[in-house]
Amino acid sequence: MSDALLSAADLQALWLTLRLAALTTLLLILLGTPLAWWLARTRSRLRGPVEALVALPLVLPPTVLGFYLLLAMGPNGPLGGLSLAFTFSGLVLGSMVYSLPFVVQPLRDAFAAIGEQPLEMAACLGATPFDRFRSIVLPLARPGYITAAVLGFAHTLGEFGVVLMIGGNIPGETRVLSIAVYEHVEALDYAHAHTLSAFLLALSFVLLLLIYNRRLRRPGPA
Amino acid sequence: MSVAVDIRLHKGGFDLHSAFEAPATGFTALFGPSGCGKTTLLRVIAGLEPDARGQVRVGDETWQDARGTLPPHRRRVGFVFQQPVLFAHLDVRANLDYALRRRRGDGSGLSFAQVVELLGLDALLARRAPVLSGGERQRVAIAQALLSNPRLLLMDEPLSALDQASRSVLLPYLDQMQRELAIPVLYVSHALDEVARLTDHMVLMRDGRVVTGGDINTLLTRLDLPMAHGRNAEAVLRAAVHAQDDADGLTELRFAGGPLWVPRVDLPRGTAVRLRIRARDVSLALQPVSGTSILNTLPVTVAEIDDDGPAQVMVTLRAGDQLLLTRVTRRSQRLLDIAPGKAMYAQVKSVALLA
Repeated sequence: MSDALLSAADLQALWLTLRLAALTTLLLILLGTPLAWWLARTRSRLRGPVEALVALPLVLPPTVLGFYLLLAMGPNGPLGGLSLAFTFSGLVLGSMVYSLPFVVQPLRDAFAAIGEQPLEMAACLGATPFDRFRSIVLPLARPGYITAAVLGFAHTLGEFGVVLMIGGNIPGETRVLSIAVYEHVEALDYAHAHTLSAFLLALSFVLLLLIYNRRLRRPGPA
Repeated sequence: MSVAVDIRLHKGGFDLHSAFEAPATGFTALFGPSGCGKTTLLRVIAGLEPDARGQVRVGDETWQDARGTLPPHRRRVGFVFQQPVLFAHLDVRANLDYALRRRRGDGSGLSFAQVVELLGLDALLARRAPVLSGGERQRVAIAQALLSNPRLLLMDEPLSALDQASRSVLLPYLDQMQRELAIPVLYVSHALDEVARLTDHMVLMRDGRVVTGGDINTLLTRLDLPMAHGRNAEAVLRAAVHAQDDADGLTELRFAGGPLWVPRVDLPRGTAVRLRIRARDVSLALQPVSGTSILNTLPVTVAEIDDDGPAQVMVTLRAGDQLLLTRVTRRSQRLLDIAPGKAMYAQVKSVALLA
């Protein structure tokens, strides 16, 4: 057994986890923006059901989520043709579902807080819808984007149940940090489990600190 | 007539169905009680109510008709909200630049320097929007709207959310705009004193409908409308500065109805001014009265008479091209034989210069 702080396998798991979290967050920000915008502004009756669907991953056991994702990705599932099960792409998809509320909800709240007036004002000043989004919505929703990105990233880092169901434990492909910790514990290798766990703990703490420090600095809503 | 509006909108149980025209320049008041649809009408004109149907024309531009409707960003409109929040992520200069960068039309319209001067914004340029007072925000919002070079400026009760001190700061800026702007302004208000001071033309609204519209002097003196029967019934007259009497500290104003002397105002000869004469400050006589302290006596012709309570009548008086109001008792009416067409003398006890 190596004496290095992190074995090559652990480093690989760490790198995979960071890639997974970053890619998941990026895709969620891109796809979550129109969804959050719609949720913040629509008066459609579909809003309630969609809100509930978005919030489901907050309350469902990850294993339940993973189980249905596995069925969907299975040979007879709707995503069967894409052969996503036990692949990195499959993990990305699973993580996006798992972390969806952590990105969409802060964005939705940030959009709602802007209100109608700045957008109507900009429209009367000649700004097109795209221009209004770029010049008014994005800057005013910036704190929401930061919160969404940090929460989405941190939450994906800690994913376990979903990965267990749809990813398994393939080094370099689906073996993420939390799985590696589990493996170490199973093998009674507490030292490595401890290093990895401590690392994950510290990283998550720093990320959350980033958000809450920002909130403190920001003056309360006018 | 440069602004022509004829629209319908059904929204949240409220039925707005309004048609009016407004002149190509000057302030036109949209006047009526709270909740009569003034703000909604303004929003329809700006294109902010996509469900509205009908017609909106401004000069030679059609913003909306049966064939279609332009979105707000394609109407050359300036909209000043009742309580502007501005763009909170930008300072005042950047708020103004925002409008300037998206400026419509040819090179016409007021420049950045002119607008900053007109609204006294020099000292505010570096401030951030959230720290401004209500009155300051109004000025920045007006400046923003003007910098976008609109064909029509819409103002939604800009004074109503302000305290008395902020109002008295903002009013002179509005006076200045009233004198200098070359575009039409629709000014929503439910306060008659603002309307009298700022607007030349008036559109009277009630329950989502336009009751009537017209010149402010004509409308305030129409006996079939409620304004001429209020406790503070008044006439707004237009006159011009004619001469100064330095010895007595008086200024002579002239209009087609004759001269009016007021305490000295330092304005050059020929300057157009607006006056307010309250019904209660006017009395009638058969002959020019001598031996009175009242300086202003105008020859007038009785135009119309209408009941005004059990003991009194309201009388309109034609003085040149404009009308005055006075309230007299029924006894005086009988004793002096006051009837339409009769030539009399109006003694004016008090004239207020509005702007």
